[in-house]
Amino acid sequence: MQTKIRVENLNFYYGNFQALKNISMEIYENKITALIGPSGCGKSTFIKSINRMYDLIDGAVAKGSISFDEIEILDKNTDVVELRKRIGMVFQKPNPFPKSITENVLYGVKRHGDVPKIEWLALLESSLKKASLFSEVEHKLNQSAFSLSGGQQQRLCIARTLATKPEVLLMDEPTSALDPIATAKIEELLEELKKEYTVIIVTHSMQQAARISDYTGFFLNGELIEFGLTKTLFSTPKDKRTEDYITGRFG
Amino acid sequence: MKKKISYHTRLKRRLLLNQIFKFIFMSTIIVSIMVLAILVIDVLQKGLGSLDLDFILNMPSSRPERAGILPALLGTLWVIGLTALISIPVGIGTAIYLQVYADKKSWFFKALNINIANLAGVPSIVYGILGLTVFVQLLKIGPTVLAGALTLSLLILPVIIVSSIEAIKAVPSSITEGSLALGVSRWRTITGVVLPMATPGIMTGSILALSRAMGEAAPMIMVGAVGFVTFLPDSIMDRYTLLPMLIYNWTSRPQDAFAQIAAAGIIVMLILLLLTNLTAIIIRNKTQNRVD
Repeated sequence: MQTKIRVENLNFYYGNFQALKNISMEIYENKITALIGPSGCGKSTFIKSINRMYDLIDGAVAKGSISFDEIEILDKNTDVVELRKRIGMVFQKPNPFPKSITENVLYGVKRHGDVPKIEWLALLESSLKKASLFSEVEHKLNQSAFSLSGGQQQRLCIARTLATKPEVLLMDEPTSALDPIATAKIEELLEELKKEYTVIIVTHSMQQAARISDYTGFFLNGELIEFGLTKTLFSTPKDKRTEDYITGRFG
Repeated sequence: MKKKISYHTRLKRRLLLNQIFKFIFMSTIIVSIMVLAILVIDVLQKGLGSLDLDFILNMPSSRPERAGILPALLGTLWVIGLTALISIPVGIGTAIYLQVYADKKSWFFKALNINIANLAGVPSIVYGILGLTVFVQLLKIGPTVLAGALTLSLLILPVIIVSSIEAIKAVPSSITEGSLALGVSRWRTITGVVLPMATPGIMTGSILALSRAMGEAAPMIMVGAVGFVTFLPDSIMDRYTLLPMLIYNWTSRPQDAFAQIAAAGIIVMLILLLLTNLTAIIIRNKTQNRVD
């Protein structure tokens, strides 16, 4: 089992507020790692630090180390543009661009300029297929992305991310704005995606974490309370707080 | 102790109050529309008789029956066209810098923001004096189309910048973040999603500002627009006159015939303004359809 991302002693601050305290964990290649915990526990902050999206927030500072293959992510000189191509992100609310379905999927590659034009069409099809959206949209590729349903929009956002050929997929509660059927579709999709990608998913739903993930980390008040195989964590939690949370005593 | 009022009495009072305010608002609208209507009717009555193709294609003349507005019409188009070319790119660029790149906590950014808002309220004649000192004299551009356009650009830049900033602000951050998270650089995010979504707002603000510039006469007297010329401008370094200048020139003459052709000039001016605003609306609708 290969470690894809190694987090060591990560401390994260929003101004004076410490959002993450001394987090150390390993993310394994081609596995789904779920992050659970109550609202405000730092799980979203954690995945934002992996693709440096926190750069956009005034006063956000990360200390410690996150290594990704040979790169130190937190290094000031790390090229975030290159980093975000390799570590894609899907957001909580579907955020398709106000463009056609085709333009949405090809948005990244057209602007990176590293895929020759003749391969665009094939890339469009393969990305939509990987996001299991192709059959639903193949007859209307030039229509606006806003004509799709919420669940389809979220899969379009996944397709858009896959088109830039990332190695890691970060998902920040990708199903929280979707209905159960759309959620089920995305969960099925994740099962497929992990063959090719390393997936880190933040979720509010413990059932979802238990259903889809290989590893689970439980966050509470900015600390990583417990991290391990999903089966073990849900059947025999080591920490009392984990047990309380997964049995529904709080949160 | 308060006296207890029945539900029905209160309801009646509320409805009455509603009627009163409705009446007040209606009358404010009617008053302003009436004033405008009287003006327009007056102008049409005086001017329509003199308005024909000759009027548009002739040179100004000291004999009102032969006078036309061609140099002023072309001068206005030259100056406003050049003003658009200068002020819109500079305005959008400034707005992008202030909204996307500038450090919003720095004193420089705060000072700049306050100043831009203030500049929008400076009387236009002040810009005329500034244009005369800087462009006409210091930079030795002379009283030319270019100096006039530069002065008008200064005058409307604050309005363009403020409306562009608002349009850029209105682009949802989820869209910008979505683009950045794909590993698309800041600049390509701006050209890829931010500007296309902000275009309707930016264009509306810019065209409205330009139509305001079109009516300016005061600062243009300062920077050397001529009241009466009988040649056409054919480069940006030529001297020129403008429609408002010519209209002003004509209205200051005692003969009744000049008052009539001044009214005809005003009609042309109003049509020009109407066309510009129409363009703004068309552009806004077209770009909006593309976005939705």
